[in-house]
Amino acid sequence: MIQFDAVHKRFPNGTTAVHDLTLDMPEGGVTVLVGSSGCGKTTTLRMINRMVEPTSGTIRVGGKDVTRQDAAELRRSIGYVIQQSGLFPHRTVLDNIATVPLLLGHGRRKARARAAELLETVGLAADAGKRYPHQLSGGQQQRVGVARALAADPPVLLMDEPFGAVDPVVRTQLQDELLRLQKELNKTIVFVTHDVDEAVRLGDQIAIFRTGGHLVQCATPSELLARPADDFVADFLGAERGLKLLSLKTLAEVPQGPAPEGGAWTLVLDEADKPVHWASQDAEIPVRPLKNEDSLLAALNESVASPTGLIARVDAAGVLTGVSSRDDIHTHAGQAHTEARVAV
Amino acid sequence: MTIDWSWISGHTDDLTTLTVSHLQAALTAVFFGLLISLPLAVVAHRVRPLRGLLLGLSNILFTIPSIAIFVLLLPISGLTRTTTVIGLTVYTLVVLLRNTVEGLDSVPAKTKEAAKAMGTRPLRTLLTVELPLALPVIMAGVRIATVMSISLVSVATYIGDGGLGQLFTDGFQRNYPTPVIVGVVLTLLLAVVADALLVAIQYVLTPWKRRRA
Repeated sequence: MIQFDAVHKRFPNGTTAVHDLTLDMPEGGVTVLVGSSGCGKTTTLRMINRMVEPTSGTIRVGGKDVTRQDAAELRRSIGYVIQQSGLFPHRTVLDNIATVPLLLGHGRRKARARAAELLETVGLAADAGKRYPHQLSGGQQQRVGVARALAADPPVLLMDEPFGAVDPVVRTQLQDELLRLQKELNKTIVFVTHDVDEAVRLGDQIAIFRTGGHLVQCATPSELLARPADDFVADFLGAERGLKLLSLKTLAEVPQGPAPEGGAWTLVLDEADKPVHWASQDAEIPVRPLKNEDSLLAALNESVASPTGLIARVDAAGVLTGVSSRDDIHTHAGQAHTEARVAV
Repeated sequence: MTIDWSWISGHTDDLTTLTVSHLQAALTAVFFGLLISLPLAVVAHRVRPLRGLLLGLSNILFTIPSIAIFVLLLPISGLTRTTTVIGLTVYTLVVLLRNTVEGLDSVPAKTKEAAKAMGTRPLRTLLTVELPLALPVIMAGVRIATVMSISLVSVATYIGDGGLGQLFTDGFQRNYPTPVIVGVVLTLLLAVVADALLVAIQYVLTPWKRRRA
């Protein structure tokens, strides 16, 4: 969908922001650009909608060279979400979202109706539409920013550290929402971040940049974590990259058995057979039951916290299906790792 | 000093005419001041090297004594309302130009960037994003320029205009305080009312600045 072909960007002050970049961003996928500041990831993103012009090389969106199109029209066809949302402070939330449809000449009524629809899509209450951006929380503003980018239903969405300025709890929520939205909308998303965890969570493919604008490695998250191309990538992914890999594997294949009876600790269920806590003669430890789609990392974490080393497994409704042992989880995690590292 | 109330009641028509003429002169000057400042401010805001030049020039114009300006204009536009309005307009420029430039400067770079990235062209960005956001600072300038012009109109009495200022010369020449006092009070009232109206206009034009109830 988006192709970089031998793209070079040198700024007038002589610094090279992007060095000989050739990269393919597939249609309907999330490509995350990561790297420390000054590595050229934001410049790369901004060259797609011509907020920055390449010095040489070509960039194609949907097969068409971006520099051969009218810049303003090109930008209207590409959604853009900026850090700290960049909303217009003098326009209501609804009018902010309606910006691009209005520029495209859709007419005020139609543009507002579309904006109202999008409020719901991004999980905001209808009455938020009449407010001004400064009356919303940071997380809400960011949702408006996403809604604004989606308003004209562009096939491509550029996101420049969109969740960088909100607290970790809200950030996780916004990431979940983005993943949910992406399942429905199937946009081609280019996402810039310096947060490795965010990259691993969101990316279908991750491109790691090194200072000087060099692309070091572009691969799927599990491939990247299992087989980093060099020490730079390994360092960037951090010492826990093995655990991060486990965050991508699910619990589904770990065997489960019946809950033990008669030991020092008993798994207490409520009347609907949902696990409540582990109980001994004089203590109760809360239990966090896991579903099949939860990650191996979550399972490992829960098994360490459990007094028996067992984790409670539940179905979609939260009803107990069985327990898995620390050993089984551990064995499985090790296998997953080895498989990933020797995979072709 | 006593006020001769019967003089006032005997001259209500004249007073109304003078007040209207006074206000007209001041508002026309502010109008033309804005008309000239807005494009100049946009140029000064966008072209850095011209900024100092334009602002400096408006400062220099401001230092010319008001009477001197009217005298300098006499050979060109004579003893007319035009001379009054040109003179006053020159004075509004310094405030209006500076405030409009500062207003445009105060628009966050992030917001302009967002407008561009959404595909808004430069002229539309100026009209629908930059000027509205600069409005509070521009309006502060308009308020100062308006009040200043209202107080300056009287100086044009020297060239036979001057609105309520004519009451001052009349009173001084006849050593009769009533017209002078009435002139001062009416000028003050005009300034206060005009300023209040501008505050109201700004309130209506900037709904995003209002505190939520």
